[in-house]
Amino acid sequence: MPGTRGPVPVPVQNGDGDLTLQILQAVNEHDIVKSADTFPNTSQTVIKAALDRLASRSMIEYDTKDSEEVRLTDEGQQIVAEGSHEYKVWDAVRQAGRLSLKDPVLATAAAKAGQGKAFKNKWVKKDGDALVPLTDAVTDTTRDDLQYVADHRAVRRADDLKELRKRTLVTTLKVIAYEARKGPKWALEIPVEVTDLTADMLADGSWEKATFKPYNFKALGEQSPGTGALHPLNKVREEFRKIFFNLGFTEMPTGRFVDTGFWNFDALFVPQQHPARDLQDTFYVSDPAEAGPPGPDPEADAALAAMEEEDRDEESSNQPLTAPPTRTLDYAQYYQNVRSVHQDGAFGSIGYRYPYTDAETRRLVLRTHTTAVSTYCLHRLAAHPRPCKYFSIDRVFRNETVDATHLAEFHQVEGVIADYALTLGGLQGFLRRFFKKMGLVGLKFKPAYNPYTEPSMEVFAWHQGLGKLVEIGNSGMFRPEMLLAMGLPEDLRVYGFGLSLERPTMIKYGIDNIRELLGHKVDLGFIERNAAVRLDKA
Amino acid sequence: MPTMCSHDGVNKAAFFKAIGKEYTKEEFEDLCFDFGIELDEDTSEDKRPVVDGVEVPAELKIEIGANRYDMLCFEGIAMNLNVFLGRQTMPTYSLKMPADGKIQTVTVKKETEQIRPYFSAAILRNIKFTKERYESFIALQDKLHQNLARQRTLVAIGTHDLDTIKGPFTYEALPPSQISFAPLNQTKTMNAEEMMTFYEKDKHLSRYLPIIRDSPVYPVIYDSNRTVLSMPPIINSNHSKITLDTTNVFIDITATDKTKLELVNHIIVAMFSEYCSEPFTIEPVEIISEHNSQSRRVPDVTPRTMPASAKYINSICGLSAPREELCNLLKRMCFTATPSPTSPDTLDVSIPITRADVLHQADIMEDVAIAYGFNNLPRQLIATTSFVAAQLPIAKLSDIIRDEARASGFVEVMPLILCSRDENYAWLNRPDDHRAITLQNPKTAEYQIVRTSLLPGLLKTLRENKRHPVPMKVFEVSDIAVKDESLERKSRNLRRFAAVWYGKSSGFEMVHGLLDRVMGMLRGAFVTREEGLEDIKGVEEAGKKGGMRYWIEAVEEPTFLPGHAAAIFLRLGAGGDGKEGSPVRIGTFGILHPTVLKHFQLPFPASTLELDVEVFL
Repeated sequence: MPGTRGPVPVPVQNGDGDLTLQILQAVNEHDIVKSADTFPNTSQTVIKAALDRLASRSMIEYDTKDSEEVRLTDEGQQIVAEGSHEYKVWDAVRQAGRLSLKDPVLATAAAKAGQGKAFKNKWVKKDGDALVPLTDAVTDTTRDDLQYVADHRAVRRADDLKELRKRTLVTTLKVIAYEARKGPKWALEIPVEVTDLTADMLADGSWEKATFKPYNFKALGEQSPGTGALHPLNKVREEFRKIFFNLGFTEMPTGRFVDTGFWNFDALFVPQQHPARDLQDTFYVSDPAEAGPPGPDPEADAALAAMEEEDRDEESSNQPLTAPPTRTLDYAQYYQNVRSVHQDGAFGSIGYRYPYTDAETRRLVLRTHTTAVSTYCLHRLAAHPRPCKYFSIDRVFRNETVDATHLAEFHQVEGVIADYALTLGGLQGFLRRFFKKMGLVGLKFKPAYNPYTEPSMEVFAWHQGLGKLVEIGNSGMFRPEMLLAMGLPEDLRVYGFGLSLERPTMIKYGIDNIRELLGHKVDLGFIERNAAVRLDKA
Repeated sequence: MPTMCSHDGVNKAAFFKAIGKEYTKEEFEDLCFDFGIELDEDTSEDKRPVVDGVEVPAELKIEIGANRYDMLCFEGIAMNLNVFLGRQTMPTYSLKMPADGKIQTVTVKKETEQIRPYFSAAILRNIKFTKERYESFIALQDKLHQNLARQRTLVAIGTHDLDTIKGPFTYEALPPSQISFAPLNQTKTMNAEEMMTFYEKDKHLSRYLPIIRDSPVYPVIYDSNRTVLSMPPIINSNHSKITLDTTNVFIDITATDKTKLELVNHIIVAMFSEYCSEPFTIEPVEIISEHNSQSRRVPDVTPRTMPASAKYINSICGLSAPREELCNLLKRMCFTATPSPTSPDTLDVSIPITRADVLHQADIMEDVAIAYGFNNLPRQLIATTSFVAAQLPIAKLSDIIRDEARASGFVEVMPLILCSRDENYAWLNRPDDHRAITLQNPKTAEYQIVRTSLLPGLLKTLRENKRHPVPMKVFEVSDIAVKDESLERKSRNLRRFAAVWYGKSSGFEMVHGLLDRVMGMLRGAFVTREEGLEDIKGVEEAGKKGGMRYWIEAVEEPTFLPGHAAAIFLRLGAGGDGKEGSPVRIGTFGILHPTVLKHFQLPFPASTLELDVEVFL
């Protein structure tokens, strides 16, 4: 019972209170008390409950004795009361002197059974069509034996049991009985018990003499009322963030659901006719109507600058800060670069060679990936090209038909690493380290296609439960067409990798419907009970 | 954005015969994995449909990268794998003039500029079709139309039995009333206007009609007898249609995009010239298109050459392979490469017409890595730099609030960001302020706008959790977005914190208490309105009074029960300049109006709190 902590006398009057007192009385009088003798009419369960209550307080101790008892059946009891069937036959014949076999007294089933026994005992004999007595007095041993059973709950001679059972005069019964004796804390009365230690008890010192009610160690504890909980997906997100922070990543400012065709697609070298840009796949915005030209985002820049400030002292160890080749970002030039690399080819690329449409770049979309933000951050890097590690985890949008594995919204986990002399194997090595922190090992890499990475690699890991390789993410090195258009130096290479937040969470927790994880249809009970997220634990 | 395009099945038995081995499922999956394609499905174990009393043969469904147009058909996948496995070398495609030496010509008329300006063509001479080859030929055109040609808007292909028509040909653009022929699989001759009506209800063709419907002129191809070959991008004529018995195929290609025009031509002839009596030869066609300087002989099957730096390839792959080895690796990816005789670092790479996906030496580098084996590359991570992690300030701040809300007994939820306009406005008894970002093309009415308040999502979550015992206490710290014409994206995200208490009584004091708790943790001091509005002179005094001050004022808003809502005001403390911020309203809390509850189908009372987070940055 919640809320009943404190000294509370143990109730002694719930029906069996008398019994516990009687047991104590009995143990006091006889050193050993056999329940079957002392309380023959009390049911075994009631006796046991009372004994347990006393034993749990060490007032008594008891042993359990299993035994087999013989009990009379109704027929057996009748025989004890009225005499055996053979006796009754003999008695009837004796009283009549001569009894016709057709007499109704001999017609019952019992009388028929009794006749045989009476013949065998030479108590009566057949005389024509009637019975006549052979003796004036008999000893009814059957009745005597049954009387013995009634008195002793056992047969007189062990050999008789089988015969009596066969005649359905007795049955046997398994009986559990108890033998109780005084325990280490023997007392004649149950003391008043307290359920908990209280401040008052500490203050007045009564705790010293108090008897504490035994705690039930077999039950669950009490939940704190109204416990709050964090959403499981955010708990997984938190684990990912910790992994990124451990690996020295800086978090990107992703606070823009709406982005432009330019940043979401063109800057990533996604051609304007790419199927991903279809109305079928991407949410376009009708109001507001059109984006402005690409330019700096002061809020994002401020957030990045604030974070880089923290990094300033450390940077010098590997990256000489002496006269950083800082240049002003020219967004108009960047736009022209992107345009020419698509339309005419540039930076060593023949380009897609299609007529580039400016209007496409100004179309507003709900970002289909956070890579739009990574692109912004990488372009910003061109002002001061240097190695960096960025990550983000935020919501992205796809114009999907909603089903068990697709929602129009999900979370993308994305990381980028810019550094000199990066190799493809280095990306594999990094991803091995990254995913190991989530308990994913045995990584394999598959060639894939992605418009803005070359090479592109799908990342697979061995799934113990499924017994096969499962895809866990995508990765690659950003294309020169994308990076050189930004003005980044040729030898500064950039890894990109990403995965959805939902998929590993669903695999980890065996959830097969994404709607049970994200959105308003999620069960609050699930959020409240969901275990702590420990990605490195299987 | 890993874009894969799903492939129709290829006949499994024929395919394994073509690549020279009966692969087990695992072996074939491994081969696909290494090459970068994916076995999507193997129907050999499935119950397959029975056609004409025979069960359809088992198929392999293979997914390929969306830029590999050379693998859209059986022939292309088999060829690429055979070259990869070293079972064949990449074929050399060549042009072969007709026996009589008289090249077919197509004259392009200037009028076509109004609707579909570019034309290309090719002839496959003495081709031998089988049922399978014929079906693959048709299927490839379909796929090109869907993918690369963007539903025929960019490119359209027509194929004709050359023996039924007679050159020279003309490509013209005429008013629809003047174009008349019996379209494919029809016996009745119609004019183009009639055809537009005729095909309106056609499940397959109706979607292409808008490409030309409103144009004053439609594109049309004629032979020398004014027999119509086709009216691209809608339909071919029935007269010149190809059959299993066709031996000479004339291919017409029309386009609005010059690059994709030739690309389509290349793919078709590369895939099917294999079946000509002289394999891999193509008969060229002379295009006469003076008005736009597009006169030329097509197709040009000369491989492109691109120099690639061995140093670049080795450096990204982490290898130190000599040029000859790199050339050998490239051979398995359909390239012919030789060490440049003039430059010590250069590979002269010859790129076949099938490989339009190669744009930069990066693409050549990737193919070296694939041929070498992605999983065989040296996997060392070179750390040249140490980095210091940094947390985004807004994320840090949000986590503080999330933690306080959770500790106060509230449960975090994550509703969707997209919602309907009604949920966001009318259901909350709020007038549409036209600040919401509106979607142009949502697939469901559920998603019309980006939310401008966190409340609809929270209230919908409660609605969907009616079986949960009350009180329910939920919260969210996340972004909303609103229009902002001053920005490049004409919109901005705003971080908000919202919470709802929902139970048998309103819980008004509970959300008020939650507000106080959160403000307290952010070091905000609760003051009266008067204390809030009073200017604190000087930094010193501001310090004494505790910097940030907040107060609440009763407000009447239709979202809330009259007399039971309050606006939250904040006045930030003095900054470095010693000046205090001016008071700003940062949010509202109150008991929801019963009609709002009714809109969200909530039978119990609820109190809500919603406030801006970014102001605390």
